[in-house]
Amino acid sequence: MLKEEVKGSLYIALKDLKTYYCKPPNISWGIMFPVVMALAFILRNPTGMKDLVPGLIAMSILFAATSAEAIVIVFERRTKTFERLLLAPLSLQSILFGKIIGGVLFGFLISSIFLIGSVVFFEIPVSNIIFLLVSLVLSAFVFSVFGTLVSVYVKEIFDAMTLANFFRFPMIFLCGVFIPVSSLPSFLQPVAYVFPLTYSVDLIRFFVTGTYDVVHPLIGACILVIYSVILFYLSVFILKKRIEQ
Amino acid sequence: MKQQNQHSIEVVHLKKYYESLLAVDDISFTVNKGEIFGFLGPNGAGKTTTIKMLTGLVKPSDGTATIHGKDIRKEIVEIKKTIGVVTEDSNLYDELSVVDNLRFMGQLYGVPRMEREKKIKELLERLGLEPKKHVKFAKLSKGMKRKVTIAAALIHSPQVVFLDEPTTGLDVLSARTLRAMVKELNAMGVTVFLTTHYIEEAEQLCDHIAILVNGTIKTVDTPANLVVKTKSKNLEEAFIELTGLKEEIMLVEKEGKINHA
Repeated sequence: MLKEEVKGSLYIALKDLKTYYCKPPNISWGIMFPVVMALAFILRNPTGMKDLVPGLIAMSILFAATSAEAIVIVFERRTKTFERLLLAPLSLQSILFGKIIGGVLFGFLISSIFLIGSVVFFEIPVSNIIFLLVSLVLSAFVFSVFGTLVSVYVKEIFDAMTLANFFRFPMIFLCGVFIPVSSLPSFLQPVAYVFPLTYSVDLIRFFVTGTYDVVHPLIGACILVIYSVILFYLSVFILKKRIEQ
Repeated sequence: MKQQNQHSIEVVHLKKYYESLLAVDDISFTVNKGEIFGFLGPNGAGKTTTIKMLTGLVKPSDGTATIHGKDIRKEIVEIKKTIGVVTEDSNLYDELSVVDNLRFMGQLYGVPRMEREKKIKELLERLGLEPKKHVKFAKLSKGMKRKVTIAAALIHSPQVVFLDEPTTGLDVLSARTLRAMVKELNAMGVTVFLTTHYIEEAEQLCDHIAILVNGTIKTVDTPANLVVKTKSKNLEEAFIELTGLKEEIMLVEKEGKINHA
């Protein structure tokens, strides 16, 4: 039973990768946007890459994992193809999990390319590659679930992009991507603690620079897991309500 | 010895509210194993909502139903393994080819690889889709899309097939092919639950027909008995009589005459 559910989720993820993840909106938001942002900062300060890389990698995961994820379900509900998934002998959790895995794989792939590029071209050191890769997966997971939540919440594709960006853009500037959270004005720091990107950047930073800015990496990892679980069940709850309408 | 249940589907006091709107009002009926059961009614009668409840797409507000003895409220995942559904819309993936769509559906239903490929080949041949198998779903004609959607519903060899207006919008030849296929499926022992707006189609295919009006079942009987019961000339007249559409039709005809004059 569990095996069938897991297999079903993986088939959904593979289908999504094949169908959606090489499409123009995903390329522009998932790949081009983080690349352009990274280039802008590299040109400004080519010697400060070690400090910038963790944030840029985390940002690349955020955009790669959410760019398609935020619109996939709302798009499929509109075209009624989501109905086909609901007719399959799979639980709603497995269907959503499959959708999320697609975003996780794409987010992980893109961030790995960023990581390899950073190591090869800027000689960025990595203290523990295994833990760093685990951090990328945890980050990809939480952002993919966030994208899914956006996608089940909205009714129109246009609303999905608006809502996703409503959270994504403030996160770039508040969560330690370019400015460490500890350097933010004190009234903004509590806001940073609310967003999962803060813990993602901090976790990746630890395995690149060996230091952390916000919380111990173990606590950061636990927070990302807790965020993922809460957002996942919130998505299941909202989707159930939407289906009933 | 325990008597074997001859019913494929048993619907018991099924009810569905959409907020304050009562879409299906306390309906009960049974569908025998291996029969073609027609579910007819005017637009908005509750046909699609009933199918959605039976196939697990929406939850009933009250009452329940069983499919092969399994409760739709408790064992819907198990039920889904044994049913095939052709919804009103041809809703497969535009970006995938015909064969990739069928493969994906087979994967979702857990059909083993060898069996899946064999079934895909068989369905493509039977529905005349072989020359189009590598064409993207988006590029197909409406009739072809309908056929692929039907093939997708049959990929896991279901015991019960729900067809929601399968021939709507199809040309004569495609519609005939589909009707022949429904008969063929039925001959193989598959129970077919069919909704259609074409009364002639229902008359040709169905063993029993339920007439649904405003969310309630008016009657369930064989097409021949419906005609006799209502003292009508044919099933279309019987349908008009039972659904209370007679006055509306007379009004439309009267308006038509006035406009014509």
